[in-house]
Amino acid sequence: MYKKFDIFDILVGKAEDPDYGNKPVVIQGITGNFGSVHTRLMREYGTNIVAGVTPNKGGQSFEGIPVFDSVKDASKNFNVQISGIFVPAQFFLSAIKDAVNSGIKLLVAIPEHVPVRDAMESLEYAQSNNARIIGPNTPGVIVPSVNKIGIMPSQPFKKGNTAVFSRSGTLMYEVSFHLSRAGIGQKIALGIGGDPINGTNLIEAFDLISDRDEVDSVVVVGEIGGDAEESLVQYIEKTGFSKPVVAYVAGRSAPKEKRMGHAGAIVYGNYGSAESKISSFSRVNIPVAKRPAEIPSILLKLMK
Amino acid sequence: MKLLEYQGKELFTEYDIAIPKSYLAKNHSELSQVADKLKFPVVLKSQLTVGGRGKAGAILKCMKKEELEPKFTELLNKKVKGEYPSVILIEEAVDIGKELYLSLFLNRGKRTYSLISSAEGGMDIESVENKVIQDISITGLTQAIAESIGKNLGISGVTAESFSNIVIKLAKLVREKEAELAEINPVAILRDGTCLALDAKIIIDDNSIFRHPELRKYIQISELQEQAEKSGFSFVELDGDIAIIGNGAGLVMSTLDIVNDAGGKPGAFLDFGGRATTETIYKALEVISKLKKVKAILVNLFGGIVRTDLVAQAILDAYKDGMISVPIYARISGAESDKAKQMLSNSKAKLFDTVEEAISSLVQYIGLSK
Repeated sequence: MYKKFDIFDILVGKAEDPDYGNKPVVIQGITGNFGSVHTRLMREYGTNIVAGVTPNKGGQSFEGIPVFDSVKDASKNFNVQISGIFVPAQFFLSAIKDAVNSGIKLLVAIPEHVPVRDAMESLEYAQSNNARIIGPNTPGVIVPSVNKIGIMPSQPFKKGNTAVFSRSGTLMYEVSFHLSRAGIGQKIALGIGGDPINGTNLIEAFDLISDRDEVDSVVVVGEIGGDAEESLVQYIEKTGFSKPVVAYVAGRSAPKEKRMGHAGAIVYGNYGSAESKISSFSRVNIPVAKRPAEIPSILLKLMK
Repeated sequence: MKLLEYQGKELFTEYDIAIPKSYLAKNHSELSQVADKLKFPVVLKSQLTVGGRGKAGAILKCMKKEELEPKFTELLNKKVKGEYPSVILIEEAVDIGKELYLSLFLNRGKRTYSLISSAEGGMDIESVENKVIQDISITGLTQAIAESIGKNLGISGVTAESFSNIVIKLAKLVREKEAELAEINPVAILRDGTCLALDAKIIIDDNSIFRHPELRKYIQISELQEQAEKSGFSFVELDGDIAIIGNGAGLVMSTLDIVNDAGGKPGAFLDFGGRATTETIYKALEVISKLKKVKAILVNLFGGIVRTDLVAQAILDAYKDGMISVPIYARISGAESDKAKQMLSNSKAKLFDTVEEAISSLVQYIGLSK
């Protein structure tokens, strides 16, 4: 287990910080197809990208952003704690180690298809150095109106006080879009990731906001596979988590033993089934929406 | 990737885990080549990816040679949960004293490996009450830990030694081959006290295959699946007649559920991933066009950065090229949606503002066409 990790302190900072709301970020894989497109979009949104990393391209620059061979090199010039990782899956582990060794505390891991063994090794590495990974296979994290580190579109998100934690990327956008339209903005939206092993799981995501008064509610977007939702319910029971929570679980009609797009979205027997997750939520009276579009009205009723 | 039993057992042999003497036969001529070598009784086992073979009658015992041919034929022609066997495994029957259960699996919640063992083997482990689950380090599994597992199962002497050897070898296999699951159910204790793996269920991490060329021969996918994967799509064929296409696994799963709730029957799941261009949508429609059972296509696309007119263009192209003829019901959120609506106004595609509206129209259409 991680010790309490203050994600807002890292992503946004404290009011007295000179770089409050403008925390520096390094992008690993900045010159790649994906990395370059999203570096542009993140900057447009307001993310302060100070450096990029692409091995063997040190000394170049990308749209005015200096590129280094490694995070280690970048960290000699910039004091950065946040990295957005856009490297191909086979270079994931070495990218993580480079970042952690260079003092990065928050690693937002976008790549899909990272082998489980590498994900587990990355996690152990990060944990033993007090760093936190979000993902892999995540759309990233957004603090609406402040910054985003990831690949999510900006339009669905509006500033507010709810937290959205989602195992699916597009559903995170979809759900936030419905919430924003209903006048429910988000303090943070964070993608857990579609893989079997998550750097920040649902429980740890809840831990990020549990004692923050400005977060007044949580929307959990779960899906079939694994037992993250079941464990979350145990955590909610054990800790007496009291903010209103609305859940959604995708994949009720998915066949067993078929991987539904995400590496982690697969049901074996009852393990990972939607019924198991929905009945867990129901046991502690957390309403489970049948469709994403239903979520805002259910949440508004709970908040009354 | 889930390996077939015989493939798992090939890995067991590589790791020196004992299995019964066995042969493979795909057809009668292969059967006749091995028939004379067999020592009866033998067990014929249909090689299927689906579970529950025993209950489905896909495992048959032959006491003598005369039974071999008819039972072999029976298995070859037996479909279990929609699947015919790719090959039949023929194993010489062993003299079993007792059966145990052993599995190592990736414990996702705990982000570690766990081991399940039970003195009740051969059953569905979910229904077994006397099982022990413990976390294990697959890199640091010691002889002492392996022996303590055997002790918990109440075995001793030569059996305990044989069993703990299997535990250690299985952990090595899981580590080196990057398995998410390795299950032996049952581990048979023979009359001489030694242990042997009677079954093998192994699931390899798909994302690790790139560094396991030796496992590539076990990849078994349909032509259509291959075509979809080449384009970077996730594709699952389902039983119904409505193909569902979208960007994002969660979104497509969610759409599947809403279709199902509305009384429709999903026939395909296709997630084309992050990039919605005219070309990707066209390619996605091309995959779907190969499924003759599909009566209508639902496109659910959540954008923001997506230009819906590009999607509309792909749909128009697919109709114009005669690639598809069934109607398309689409919900596309993104830029230029008025233009997209206008572009599609004279086609068999309809654009909707919400997925619920698209689905209700589609399900009504399917109902009328029956």
